[in-house]
Amino acid sequence: MKTGFYPGCSMKGSAREYSESLLALAREIGRELPEVPDWNCCGATAAHNLDRDLALALPARILAAAEKAGMDEVLVPCAACYSRLKVTRHELLADDSLRQRISGLVEADYRGSAGVLNIIEWLGRVPDLEKLVKKPFQRKVACYYGCLLVRPAGVVKFDRPEDPQSMDLLMKKIGADPIDWAFKTECCGAGFSVSRTDLVARLSGQILDDAVSRGAEAVVVACPMCHLNLDLRRPNIEKRAGKKFHLPVIYITQAVGMALGLKPKQLGLQRHKVSPSALLAPASAKPPAGSKSASGDSPASAPLSGSSAGAPASTASKVN
Amino acid sequence: MRSEAHAHGVGAALSDRVREKTGVDVARCYQCGKCSAGCPLASEMDFPPSQVMHLLQLSAAFPELAEQALRSHTIWLCLTCEICYCRCPMELDIPAIMDALRHESLQQRKVNPRARDILAFHRAFLDSVKYTGRLFEMGQVVDYKLRSGHFLQDLLQAPWMFLVGKLHLLPERVRNRRQLARIFAKTLKARENRP
Repeated sequence: MKTGFYPGCSMKGSAREYSESLLALAREIGRELPEVPDWNCCGATAAHNLDRDLALALPARILAAAEKAGMDEVLVPCAACYSRLKVTRHELLADDSLRQRISGLVEADYRGSAGVLNIIEWLGRVPDLEKLVKKPFQRKVACYYGCLLVRPAGVVKFDRPEDPQSMDLLMKKIGADPIDWAFKTECCGAGFSVSRTDLVARLSGQILDDAVSRGAEAVVVACPMCHLNLDLRRPNIEKRAGKKFHLPVIYITQAVGMALGLKPKQLGLQRHKVSPSALLAPASAKPPAGSKSASGDSPASAPLSGSSAGAPASTASKVN
Repeated sequence: MRSEAHAHGVGAALSDRVREKTGVDVARCYQCGKCSAGCPLASEMDFPPSQVMHLLQLSAAFPELAEQALRSHTIWLCLTCEICYCRCPMELDIPAIMDALRHESLQQRKVNPRARDILAFHRAFLDSVKYTGRLFEMGQVVDYKLRSGHFLQDLLQAPWMFLVGKLHLLPERVRNRRQLARIFAKTLKARENRP
C-alpha cells in the first residue's frame, strides 16, 4: 500500500508548521510520505465558485498524477483540499462521461484508483498510538473539525456530520481531555479571511467564545484555513469581540507530536500568532504517564487558567 | 413567459437550468426553513437560502425572480459550509445550487456589487494558480489589493508572517505550467470571453 502526500499550497506557506509537524511525526513513527509528483493547487473555494469544470479539473490532475506514480491513496491534511479532492473523485466516479471529459482536460486518463485520506484517518491507523506516548498531552482540548472534514456526509463518508468523535478519540489516546462543546463543526468563515475579514472575525469569535467558556486550554484543528482564521486573525476577532482570548490554536499533528515527545521547534510551534507556550509547561497536579483516568477530574493547572483560558477556572472544571 | 426567458439569452427557466446542472429539483423543497436556520451567514444575506429556493421555484412563472436570485448578494456570501445540505429533510444539495447560480451570475455579468471584494479575491486567487500552478500567497494578496483598492488592509500582518517564515517572497511553481494554462484556457477563460 503506497500512501502519497498532497501538501497543498497553504502547507508550503502560511501553514508550514502543519507540514513540519506532520513530517516530523511521520519520521518518528517510521512512515514515508512521498509528495504527489508535480502537484498543483486544488482550486479551493475560488475555482468551484467560478467554474465547475475548472473545479473538477484541478483536483483531477493531482489525483491522476498520484495514480501515475503508483499511489494507492493520497493523504490530504488540509481539510479544504481534502474536500475538493474527495468531491472530485466522487463526482467523476459517479458519471463516466464527465470523467472522460475531465480526463481530456487534464490530458491524462483519470481512473479514480487512488483513494483520498484525511489526517484523522491517517493518524487513526498508527497502531498502538497510546504506547508511543511519552508525554501525555493532559489538557482540556476543544476538537474543532470545521465543515469540510465531515460534510457533505454522503461524499466524505467520514464520521458524523455535526457531532463527530474521531478527533476526540484520538485526543484521548494521547492523554488529552476533549471537551463537549457546540462549535465542533461550525464554520470559521473559511475563504473570507481577506475579502470579508469582518465576517470571519464574527464567526471565529463565536467559536473561541464557546471553547473558552467551556474551559478549553487549546483548540485543536485539522485545517490550515481554520487555523489561519482562529490564530492569525486573532487581532481582528478580539477587536470585534471587545475582549482578549488567550486560547492557543494548534494543529492535530502538533498535539500528537508533543505527546510523542517531539521538540517544539520540530513541530513549528514558534510560528503561531497566539503563543502555545503555556501548553509546553508541564501539566502540574496530574498523575504521570499514560493514565487516561486523569482526564476530566482536575481543573486546569493554576498558571494556565489565567493565561490560556479567558474564563475563570471554576467554569472550566464544571464542564462536561 | 417562455419568450421573456428567451429575451434573457437563455432557453429554459432558471430552475430547469439549475436542475440540469446539479440534478436538484427545487420543486421538492417544502420551505421548512432549516437551511436558513442553520446558515452561519443568513443574517447577512438579502435572501436566506430557503428564500433563494423559493425564488427558483417561482422562476418559471416569474423571470424577474430568477433575476433577483442571480443578482443576489446571497449567492456570493455562501461559504459552502454544507450545513444546509446536511440538515435538509429532502436532502437537496443547496451548495451545488449556489455554485450553479454563481456561475450563471458571473457569465451573465449580474454579480451583485456588494460582492465585489469577494469576487476580487477569487479572481486574484485563480490568477496566481493560473501563472504558477500553485497559490503564491504574497502575489495573490498584492493582486487582491490592486483589484479591490484595499491597499492598507493587513499591512502589518505581512512583516510578521515573513519573520515567522510563513510568507515566501518567491512563488513555488509546477513544472508543467503550459498544461495548467491549457486547463484554464479551456474552462474559466473560455466561458468568461463568451459574448
